[in-house]
Amino acid sequence: MSDISLGTSVAGIPEAAPRQPPALTTGPVAWVRANLFSSWLNTALTLVLAYFIVRYAIGFVDWAFVNAIWSVPNNQTQACRALKASATPGACWAVVTEKHRFILFGTYPYEEHWRPALVCVLFTALYIVSGMRRFWRKELALVWIATLVVIGILMWGGILGLSYVPQERWGGLPITLILATFGLAFAFPLSILVALGRRSSMPAVRVLCVAYVELIRGVPLISLLFMASVMFPLFLPEGINIDKLLRAQVAITLFAGAYLAEVVRGGLQALPKGQYEAADALGLSYWYKTGFIILPQALRLVIPPLVNTFIGFFKDTSLVLIIGIFDLLTAGKTAVVEPAWQGFGVEVYLAISVIYFCYCFAMSRYSQNLEAELNRHRGR
Amino acid sequence: MSAALDTETHLRSAVRTDAPPAILLDKVNKWYGAMHVLRDVSLQVATGERVVVCGPSGSGKSTMIRCINRLEQHQEGRIVVDGTELSDDVRALDAIRREVGMVFQSFNLFPHLTILENCTLAPIWVRRMPKREAEELAMHYLTRVKIPDQARKYPGQLSGGQQQRVAIARALCMKPKIMLFDEPTSALDPEMIKEVLDTMVGLAEDGMTMICVTHEMGFARQVADRVVFMDRGEVVEQGAPESLFNDPKTERLRTFLSQILRGH
Ligand SMILES: Nc1ncnc2c1ncn2[C@@H]1O[C@H](COP(=O)(O)OP(=O)(O)O)[C@@H](O)[C@H]1O
Ligand SMILES: [Mg+2]
Repeated sequence: MSDISLGTSVAGIPEAAPRQPPALTTGPVAWVRANLFSSWLNTALTLVLAYFIVRYAIGFVDWAFVNAIWSVPNNQTQACRALKASATPGACWAVVTEKHRFILFGTYPYEEHWRPALVCVLFTALYIVSGMRRFWRKELALVWIATLVVIGILMWGGILGLSYVPQERWGGLPITLILATFGLAFAFPLSILVALGRRSSMPAVRVLCVAYVELIRGVPLISLLFMASVMFPLFLPEGINIDKLLRAQVAITLFAGAYLAEVVRGGLQALPKGQYEAADALGLSYWYKTGFIILPQALRLVIPPLVNTFIGFFKDTSLVLIIGIFDLLTAGKTAVVEPAWQGFGVEVYLAISVIYFCYCFAMSRYSQNLEAELNRHRGR
Repeated sequence: MSAALDTETHLRSAVRTDAPPAILLDKVNKWYGAMHVLRDVSLQVATGERVVVCGPSGSGKSTMIRCINRLEQHQEGRIVVDGTELSDDVRALDAIRREVGMVFQSFNLFPHLTILENCTLAPIWVRRMPKREAEELAMHYLTRVKIPDQARKYPGQLSGGQQQRVAIARALCMKPKIMLFDEPTSALDPEMIKEVLDTMVGLAEDGMTMICVTHEMGFARQVADRVVFMDRGEVVEQGAPESLFNDPKTERLRTFLSQILRGH
């Protein structure tokens, strides 16, 4: 009987003719009918919403592109102001054109801007490489260390013929990327340890981890940053001064660590007890069990909330503006303080939003792919 | 592995009386909160002996068998496995767990690892076996449980019976001296029970020391050297399968047997 393969009819039994699905149950036309025009109420809603969407989309395109002014000669903003007051208002992108170097790099010395620019490229390349599964090897840690060293050299300078730039002059996008990258790079492992610690059999470890999470979570990030910038130095002995950025970095890392720890703990709790028992029964030690069985499964389960926290955290770095650190958002805010450019905040904030959006959207899409790929084994 | 489930004949006993007992439980007591789930349980299993444990649900069978590799901790009494007494000593516990394999009712395969990785993980990281060797060993046991062709698949792609056979192979890859089975066929559809029991019969034939919690009376008759009946945390009666099943001494066992027979 092995010569009978699927799809051929057995002798004597006529094969049923293949049947097409009924017309108009698939395809875009059917989709529109089913979802937008299925009833009178639905049709009315669709039409009303379509009217508003089209109207405001046209308005926005007019404002942002058709009527917009893209550049003005040396800070002469009269044309922009006139346009703003006219019957057909338009965006004054000239403010972004004029100030983009300041927004991106803050008060970093102008001639040296290629250095922070290169730093941003390096960071982005590092994210992309780290995201590719085929590079998930031990060597990746070395790549990270090397890249971060290069980034440090580029930002500070002082060697290899690069002029020294003190940290107070750094600003803009590199600051945001530094805070977010170092913050997550330290907060994520920290959060895993804390989450494991909360389930530890040692009471002291457990109490410590619970206290850490509850204390940090119960306090707004802003007050943590204040503590780091104002109160913390008071406790230090005279003459010792820890870099302000570093202090903010520590505050941010501790903050993210507490939130991520709770996310990771959720994953640990969702794992069936049988997985722990099977690993124990095989004689795997605590760390092998955790590393090979528990964490790979627990972290997969929590990719969506994990990335959600990452994204929120990436944007939370902008709160450092309250302690006077010049991140991307602060730089943008400062750019429109100058009298000539006052009143053009909307354009600047839109431009900054686009940058934030690019990074956050990339994270979001990447996490969806990763989730699908890593959880393929779960499908039957 | 020629043996198959065959309730008419009994396997030749492989009990070795010259060797020290593989497992010794001496007046073991355990409580969950205020609930006394193991009451003075004493049991001795010789090397090569095959013991079947049966009893009503909630009688403490799982708890007892899980105390043997310390998935649960007993509170009173002594448990000696392979010459080592169970205590808080982590080293000793690791050594015991290496020698004791366990098969669970719910398989507990690692769903994110392939069948082959499930089988090689512990030999590589606990036994420190080279990867190649561990894979050869895994393929050997997967062949024994008759699923070598599934090695690259994930557990979720296999049927229940196949998963349980992988779980047996995974435990065997550690080359344990003792195997514990906790109702290995209870979660399976009827048509898959036989393939798992056949695998276990083959194992018994090779002289493995086994403790098996099961209600499969046919299996017990064929392979068990001794059947232990537990009820409410106590070992109520024990003996050779024929005498125990045909001539129960206690009312409790009689009730239990009649319930089981009615169920089948
Ligand atoms: N982790 C636990 N916590 C509290 N009670 C438990 C736990 N595990 C089992 N029990 C109780 O202990 C008794 C014995 O359970 P178990 O050993 O699983 O019985 P069996 O395997 O014979 O059905 C049951 O009454 C059960 O409810
Ligand atoms: Mg049980």
